[in-house]
Amino acid sequence: MHADPKGVLTGVHFLDGDHACCEGTLAAGARFAAGYPITPSTEVVERFAWRIPTVGGIFIQMEDELAASIALQGAVWGGAKAFTVTSGPGFSLMMEHIGYAAITETPCVFVNVQRGGPSTGLPTLPAQADMMQAKWGSHGDYSIIALCPNSPQECFDLTVTGFNLAEEFRVPVMMMLDECVGHMTEKVVIPESDQIDITPRRFTHESPETFRLFKPREDLVPDMVKAGDGYKFHVTGLTHDERGYPSMNVETQDKLVRRMHDKLKPFSNGRALFEAVDLEDAEVVVVSYGITSRVAQRATQLARAKGIKAGIFRIISAWPFPEQHIKELAGRVKAFVVPELNLGQMVHEVERHTAGRAKVISVPHAGGSVHKPEVILNAILEAAR
Amino acid sequence: MQRGINKLGLTEIRIAGFGGQGVILAAVVIGKAAAIFEGGYATMTQSFGPEARGGSSAAQVILSGEPILYPYVTQPDILVVMSQEAYSVFSPQLKPGGILIVEQELVRIEHPPQGVRFYGVPATRLAEELGKKVVLNIVMVGFFAAVTHMLDPDSLRQAVADSVPPAMQKLNLQAFDKGFEYGAELVHRMSEGGDAEQVLTLESEA
Repeated sequence: MHADPKGVLTGVHFLDGDHACCEGTLAAGARFAAGYPITPSTEVVERFAWRIPTVGGIFIQMEDELAASIALQGAVWGGAKAFTVTSGPGFSLMMEHIGYAAITETPCVFVNVQRGGPSTGLPTLPAQADMMQAKWGSHGDYSIIALCPNSPQECFDLTVTGFNLAEEFRVPVMMMLDECVGHMTEKVVIPESDQIDITPRRFTHESPETFRLFKPREDLVPDMVKAGDGYKFHVTGLTHDERGYPSMNVETQDKLVRRMHDKLKPFSNGRALFEAVDLEDAEVVVVSYGITSRVAQRATQLARAKGIKAGIFRIISAWPFPEQHIKELAGRVKAFVVPELNLGQMVHEVERHTAGRAKVISVPHAGGSVHKPEVILNAILEAAR
Repeated sequence: MQRGINKLGLTEIRIAGFGGQGVILAAVVIGKAAAIFEGGYATMTQSFGPEARGGSSAAQVILSGEPILYPYVTQPDILVVMSQEAYSVFSPQLKPGGILIVEQELVRIEHPPQGVRFYGVPATRLAEELGKKVVLNIVMVGFFAAVTHMLDPDSLRQAVADSVPPAMQKLNLQAFDKGFEYGAELVHRMSEGGDAEQVLTLESEA
């Protein structure tokens, strides 16, 4: 299915990442957003509020992030594609409802434009320190998808991808921007609507009498229903059976939680999104994501100029973690260098899947800016030694 | 300097003044001209602080014929300043051999920095002559185009037209041309023997 032309601002634009992300939501078919604006993410919903009256849809400025993160889920069950946007403190407040989206298998998108933390931290400056929170922030076992754009163009492209993945797997998708990417302005090409693939919602074909709300198909993903179409359904955060009714026993819990985990396996196995540069002969591989990946690329260029065989593995889908690729690379490279705008988060995943087969060097940064290319270069030189 | 983005090495530009002068729009126009109308690359960042209208405002734009990796300006090749504070804060960071462009009636310079090319323009006054002081930023962009000779003036004109509401296009294009003509005339006179400082003095007395 192609994008609805009403939401697609086809053309060549000069946009910042936040605005490009907003155009991505509209192209993806989002017609509902609820938000509690917070720097540095405000521009996403500011633009959505400006654009949506002519596209046709609803923006609600909510009383807080708790309300925003649950209002969007009501809209989804009403048939809309929906999202919310936030940063640091707001992301923390949304955690309970991210868990609710996971257990109710509500396809939706949370945009987090990361700023320095903890707490109020650095409202106007970048960090990448919510990466573990995106995966583990809500309680219980659950799985999500997280994507990390490194340019305004990717803020557009990956937001469309994010909405599509949310529909395919019925999970909340985290768009993990950072302040630098969100506020940086570059050329953004928005294609014609018939060039943009959209994953439509998979509604049930069962009759209202025979359908079961959480009965999975072969891909472990149940079909959706829409409020008002004659289906009586019950959506709950309690552990529920295939009918959607609370059923708090070991068997139901095991079946539900395992299925929510297993349904993302096809994505982990072979569909991880990444960019590989100069890996053929690489001895040192810089693993990075978001804005840091651009600085890392500059650093590897400098390393190559010094005769070091350095390559890039850029994580685009951070969750599920692209473990197969790291495992494969770990068997043939000397070392991984992992720069990130936090004191070491995704580096633990790299270490876990490397399992001692290669050196892993963390290049931490507390946030507020990006690494100097020379700092990453020095780590590459150390790794190559 | 040879014109054309694809022949351009990495060029860092900082534009600074106070809020309300259109500092950000000036940077957008330059970035758009390079990235969209000349097919090169441009990355624009703004200083996000608690600035309000009347406070300080700065925008950075990096131009290149190649994809831009590092997002921030470290040592600008070109500094455009429209306030005394912006001059004091940012002029020490200008690259040796770089280009300094000032709104000469808003920025008083006792001792022009050594080893840089230095150009002044009374942009606010030129904008007032067009009846609207608000277009001083676009006068500055026109002047920038003439003295740096880096981007095709027509790309910049297209970028100006693309960046303002339709009702304001004519005025802004006039502002661009006014700044451009002033700059071209200045460059012409300088090439005939006077150095930048002398020309600036002549202008101030005129």
